[in-house]
Amino acid sequence: MNRRAVFYTIGQIIILEGILLTLPLLVSFCFWEEKSIIAFSITIFIALALGALTLIISKPSNKIIYAKEGFIIVTCAWIALSVIGCVPFIISGEIPNIFDAFFETVSGFTTTGASILTDVESMSKGMLFWRSFTHWLGGMGVLVLIMAIIPKNTGTDSGRAMHILRAEMAGPIIGKLVPKVRDTAKILYFIYFALTALEFFFLLIGDMHFFDSLVHAIGTAGTGGFGIKADSLASYSPYSQWVITIFMLLFGVNFNLFYLLLLKRFKAVFSNRELWCYAGVVLISIAVITWNIFPIYNNFSDSLRHSSFQVAGIISSTGFASADFNQWPQLSKNILFLLMFMGGCAGSTAGGLKVSRVMLLFKLIKKDISRLLHPRSVTAVKLEGKPVDNNTLYGVSTYFAIYIVLILGTFLFISFEPLSFESNFSAAVSCINNIGPGFDQTGPMEGYAVYSNFSKFILSIAMLLGRLEIYPVLLAFYPKTWSKK
Amino acid sequence: MNIIIVGCGKIGSTILESLVEEGHDVVGIDNDEQVITQITNVHDIMAVCGSGTDYDMLKEAGVANAEMFIAVTSSDELNMLSCYMAKKMGAKHTIARIRNPEYTQSNLGFLKQQLDLSMAINPESLAAVEMFNILKLPSAVKIQTFSQRNFEIIEIILKENSALAGMKLMELRNKFNAQFLICAVQRGEDVYIPSGNFQLMAGDKIGLTASLSEIQKLMRSLKIEKKQAKDVMILGGSKIAYYLAKMLTTSGNGVKIIEKDHEKCQELSESLDKVVIIEGDGAEQEILLEEGLNSLDAFVALTGMDEENILISIFASSHNVPTVITKVNRNELSQLASKLGLDCIVSPKKIVSDVIVRYARALENSRGSNVETLYNIMDDKAEVLEFNVRSDFKQVNIPLRDLKLKPNILIAGIIRERKPIIPNGDDMIMKNDKVIIVTSEQRLNDLSDIIK
Repeated sequence: MNRRAVFYTIGQIIILEGILLTLPLLVSFCFWEEKSIIAFSITIFIALALGALTLIISKPSNKIIYAKEGFIIVTCAWIALSVIGCVPFIISGEIPNIFDAFFETVSGFTTTGASILTDVESMSKGMLFWRSFTHWLGGMGVLVLIMAIIPKNTGTDSGRAMHILRAEMAGPIIGKLVPKVRDTAKILYFIYFALTALEFFFLLIGDMHFFDSLVHAIGTAGTGGFGIKADSLASYSPYSQWVITIFMLLFGVNFNLFYLLLLKRFKAVFSNRELWCYAGVVLISIAVITWNIFPIYNNFSDSLRHSSFQVAGIISSTGFASADFNQWPQLSKNILFLLMFMGGCAGSTAGGLKVSRVMLLFKLIKKDISRLLHPRSVTAVKLEGKPVDNNTLYGVSTYFAIYIVLILGTFLFISFEPLSFESNFSAAVSCINNIGPGFDQTGPMEGYAVYSNFSKFILSIAMLLGRLEIYPVLLAFYPKTWSKK
Repeated sequence: MNIIIVGCGKIGSTILESLVEEGHDVVGIDNDEQVITQITNVHDIMAVCGSGTDYDMLKEAGVANAEMFIAVTSSDELNMLSCYMAKKMGAKHTIARIRNPEYTQSNLGFLKQQLDLSMAINPESLAAVEMFNILKLPSAVKIQTFSQRNFEIIEIILKENSALAGMKLMELRNKFNAQFLICAVQRGEDVYIPSGNFQLMAGDKIGLTASLSEIQKLMRSLKIEKKQAKDVMILGGSKIAYYLAKMLTTSGNGVKIIEKDHEKCQELSESLDKVVIIEGDGAEQEILLEEGLNSLDAFVALTGMDEENILISIFASSHNVPTVITKVNRNELSQLASKLGLDCIVSPKKIVSDVIVRYARALENSRGSNVETLYNIMDDKAEVLEFNVRSDFKQVNIPLRDLKLKPNILIAGIIRERKPIIPNGDDMIMKNDKVIIVTSEQRLNDLSDIIK
């Protein structure tokens, strides 16, 4: 275990966060919110000082790290980010409770979008921007950003980048776009930035103000879901809601496909099975829900808009809402609940199990059934026309098992709360899958303020586990990982 | 540069590693899933699983934009075919590993031309050439030639009673009236680019530069001259053994090959004249002694097993064979072997990857970098580079003692009008010279990089 290298990278991350905090500071200056200006300035100072200190005391003698260190770096970095990220909320007094502030920040970075705020409209603009900006950073990953911007000396630490990329990016198989990790990270961030800018532009030419467009664009890009209105997006125009629907769906697509589009390899994009599967699930869900909620709105275009918005919001794990789906018929609610598990495509900013993992699970089931029929049969499980090796398959099935165990565990731990079964269970599922809203008392118009500090902490951990795909976090809390041997 | 490597086995992954280290964008192709997983875990590259002759696969790997395409699978024919396809699909330079002795020089020339190959590499014959060079000058453990054999760097290990041990470098020239320069010293794990105050010690491995004519003279005055190997015993009838035996017999040496496989013995005896072929297991010391191990000039261990080569080489050294050459393929083992006291260790895959890195640098040369040739010395811990002095180099006609060089850089030689100069502080770099630089740290792309 190369502890120095781990802490060194974390020092880099903290400094980067300090630098990035200047953006919300700038916003606070624009709106001249004195409390926020002071809060952000102090936090920036703390971050830079702490980061510099870490860098100085942990200057590593060798930078060689292995997969193990990669996992640890990612987990520790995310915890450090969240701890520092919640400081402005506390200093400014806008979220005075430390558990609340931590929950809110973790929810931001993990792109969950679950909020403990009861009166979001009274927050200062600087804080609102910082909340949503954590979505944008957390969506593609902060370490990926570090890789893209920090020039590295050739050769020596090339191995480390891949371990970190793999630990931070979501999905069963992580492919590179180009040979070098650094270039891959750059391309990913370029696509990410360009799509965000595009959404911002489309929102701006609608009826949204500059600040609202910005906050919603970065919130959608990370598939986060922090709104700035009590009723999420219900009060915006249908045009804005459609724009956000489309972009929520786009950010749930594997970013490699956008790169292929840029390379004009359309055939490869359209033959992508995961994309078709994703599109199929989205379209069928929209169709059923539209039909199911038609009696409520009595109007086809409204039903279609609301069903599309909610389906996109849940499957991409964004969690924006254009209507209170708590009031919808049970069928629609159940479909939305199931979509929470699926999530977006691998290699996107979405949470959940990921479409490709679900596909592999079904193929595994099919394979096992056919093996019962023909005990001697040999079948290869294929994904995108390529055989998937047994280790990956094994990984997918154990991942699924541990994922279910975690949902149940989280559910059990928050059951001390006097809330309905539906509320607690959907809150656990929603947090692990980084969606945001649950059902009943944790529904889209309600929030997580009802929970006690203990449950908020449990849910914060659940969100981290979900975003980092469980293993890195478990590994970090496994004592043997830290031993020197 | 975009480089594609087909076949990521022993040789392929060594090449891949050195090219990644040089900072190139490398894509690896191999049909073994496990190999692919392994290399992508260790190196910063992209890897695709599939055949090197699969059109779609090559396209996906980006052959159209590849500057170099290297095929090093175990099959010569597959290498040639995939290079041919890559060339037709737009790869600029193709390199194939072709190692079957059936493809003789004339045969190969035709194939190279028809397939439009930039280079055909034969690790076995390259290794044989290196061993042959050592056998010609047995005092050295490694010899590298620059500028069409005008200039050489020789690695020598200082023995306990060496005349050089304990001397400071500044005293050397006066004492041994010969034109030479010690340009690198390896002591244990560390490599030094020595200054005048550096004191040599027994056990050091030193890198000497000298012109060809001076070397024999120097060896004589250092009293470390060994006579040229006359009788050579080769253990193992591999392809390297075939090439080496062929070279040795043409230059008039007596060669004995020990091989345990009957079929192989038969084949070798058919293709090699004047070579004594013994069927037997070289691990049996009796056979080696019976075949005259005690009276040999040189022993070369070339079996397929690194461990066997190392052990038997140690046995041969203990029987006072003057020169022992050991083939060791695995990097980790070759370091161990030198700790065990074996001096001459040759690794075919390392030689190949050196050749390819050199080729890649030469390609970059035409695109701005200025490196003419590049060699690794001292277990790859130091580099020797040859530069052309172009018109944009400003520090011409300044005595070397006044040049402010970066640390760990030494100007080891200047070649002016095809004549080598072993420089001292009064010499100057002039236009149209070629300059040979030894460095242990920096990555140099241009001659001006050596100046502070």
